[in-house]
Amino acid sequence: MFQIEVNHVFKSFKQVRAVNGISFHIRPGEFVGLLGPNGAGKTTMVEMMEGLKNPDSGEILIQGKTWKKHEAELREITGLSLQETRFTEKLKVRETLLLFASFFRLDDRRVDEVVELTGLESKLTALVGTLSGGQRQRLALAVALLNKPQILFLDEPTTGLDPHSRLDLWRILKTLKEEGGTTLILTTHYMEEAESLCDYIIIIDEGKILKEGKLEELLEGNARNLDELFIQLTGKTLHDKVNGER
Amino acid sequence: MKNLKNNQLYRLTYSAFLETIREPEVLFWGMLFPVLISIGLGLAFTQKSVSKHQIMIVDVAANHVITDGGRQTQLDSILAAHATPREIGGKNAHTWTIQDNTLGDTEFNFVRSDWEASIIALKRGEADLILTDSGGTVCYYFDPHNSQAQLVYMKISALLKSSGQTVNTDKPSISPLTLKGVRYIDFLIPGLIVFGVMSSVLWGISYTIIEKRSQKLLRRLVATPMKKSNFLIALMFVRIMMNIVEALVLFFFAWLIFDIRIQGNIGALIVLFLAGNIGFTGIAVLISCQTSKTEVGTGWINAVQMPMMILSGIFFSYHNFPEWSIGFIKALPLTAFADGVRSIFNEGAGWVEILMPSLSLSAFGIICFLIGLRLFKWY
Repeated sequence: MFQIEVNHVFKSFKQVRAVNGISFHIRPGEFVGLLGPNGAGKTTMVEMMEGLKNPDSGEILIQGKTWKKHEAELREITGLSLQETRFTEKLKVRETLLLFASFFRLDDRRVDEVVELTGLESKLTALVGTLSGGQRQRLALAVALLNKPQILFLDEPTTGLDPHSRLDLWRILKTLKEEGGTTLILTTHYMEEAESLCDYIIIIDEGKILKEGKLEELLEGNARNLDELFIQLTGKTLHDKVNGER
Repeated sequence: MKNLKNNQLYRLTYSAFLETIREPEVLFWGMLFPVLISIGLGLAFTQKSVSKHQIMIVDVAANHVITDGGRQTQLDSILAAHATPREIGGKNAHTWTIQDNTLGDTEFNFVRSDWEASIIALKRGEADLILTDSGGTVCYYFDPHNSQAQLVYMKISALLKSSGQTVNTDKPSISPLTLKGVRYIDFLIPGLIVFGVMSSVLWGISYTIIEKRSQKLLRRLVATPMKKSNFLIALMFVRIMMNIVEALVLFFFAWLIFDIRIQGNIGALIVLFLAGNIGFTGIAVLISCQTSKTEVGTGWINAVQMPMMILSGIFFSYHNFPEWSIGFIKALPLTAFADGVRSIFNEGAGWVEILMPSLSLSAFGIICFLIGLRLFKWY
């Protein structure tokens, strides 16, 4: 059985069609990257998979179940990190983790485990408001991992981070991959992130899938990397160079 | 011109302007709402061309003189000569209007009543002072620390002196009222307690919800097995606890410094206090059920809070407002709450008196809460 089935999904906001008939299936334990530039429809797609948005049409099944009928059950087995979550700044890191752990009826032993996994030991008593961007992302990941999710959604987890923090986060995700048992759906516009972490890559632009497959399959043609492939497919780069992210 | 359009400051200013005018809600709260408030308050205050004062007259039966077959005091004689008889609140009264083109007209309403009702009128801020005529000597009863009462005393004594009647105004007797519950501070403290509850609940619940929604924290919270009702209950519970502590601190200092006492039933006060919290929590949830913009939320909170703060008799009696508005003012949740708490503090009210305000505040709060919950946007 597939962990996630996305069948002919459409979603529009007023005049803008954000997701335009997307279909794909994800197997258990796979690390899947939704790769595309800003505005490609990645976040809308992943938020529909997370049950935070409803598709206009089409069907999304998580372990064969819909969010509409099985929300409580699916919340227990999924974890997520939104593109921009600002946790309460006046709470400390440990307090924030304990709060979210309480939603899953977990005690501080699990909090200690995710703290160790995400390397937040030295920040346990720091107020969230004092954390750096990278530390905040690690906290968001720690919160997402609390319930040992079978399916983990990460929406642009490293956007805006410095290279060092980005590598830190990748290291955590690779550890997770080695441990097994988690299916990851990651949105990114960093080619290196998709190449480094993902078993299967879905390239999206303007709400449509341009190409999908394993990295080797995608690079079978002339393209040396995903950025070149994207240029070949669309005539534009994955992300604008003037924004200084590359 | 081309250089200007490429100028950073120009671009920033132009963008900020566009953002502002493209947000109609912000425009409403930022520009239209203050205008509406100023119109409302302007109408309430500037149309009051006559400054009105109410004076309670209490009969002192032993000092009546007989005239025209009826029992009249000398004060009655003066009023009969200068004032117009009328009825105020079902009681016999005389209105004496003094016209003054420079300072504005003043209307003194002399209302005849018994001592107990007069004291209550004073406690509620409906009247400024009590008058008795004892053997031709007028006696004034008022709180000497109440500047409004002092002003009315001076005006009335001058008025009676100039009336040319036989009443002895050279040696008026002044009896400072030191009864608990008639001082301005007795009026103010219950008002401040209920105002504190309203402010704390509206800002503490509405603003918190809106801020969490704007930061996408609400969305993150509901993407867990968290029970949505628990989130709202937790906010409400913390706020009520804080309100209890705040009210106790205020009361403690008022007791320590001003010797404020609760004359009525403490159990009834607790019930009414909780009902007030329920009432304003419902309003807070309704206000914050949709918007994710803190500017809009601030506007809504002010729109609810400011009119009640001004109208509901927190700092001064709402009887200063025109008579046509009193019915509306009494229907406001903060007025019901303030009147109820004040009656327990100052008038010795108990369960019977607070039953209606408690029920209406709770019912209003629950209705607002349910509507708010139905419209609530979690993400």
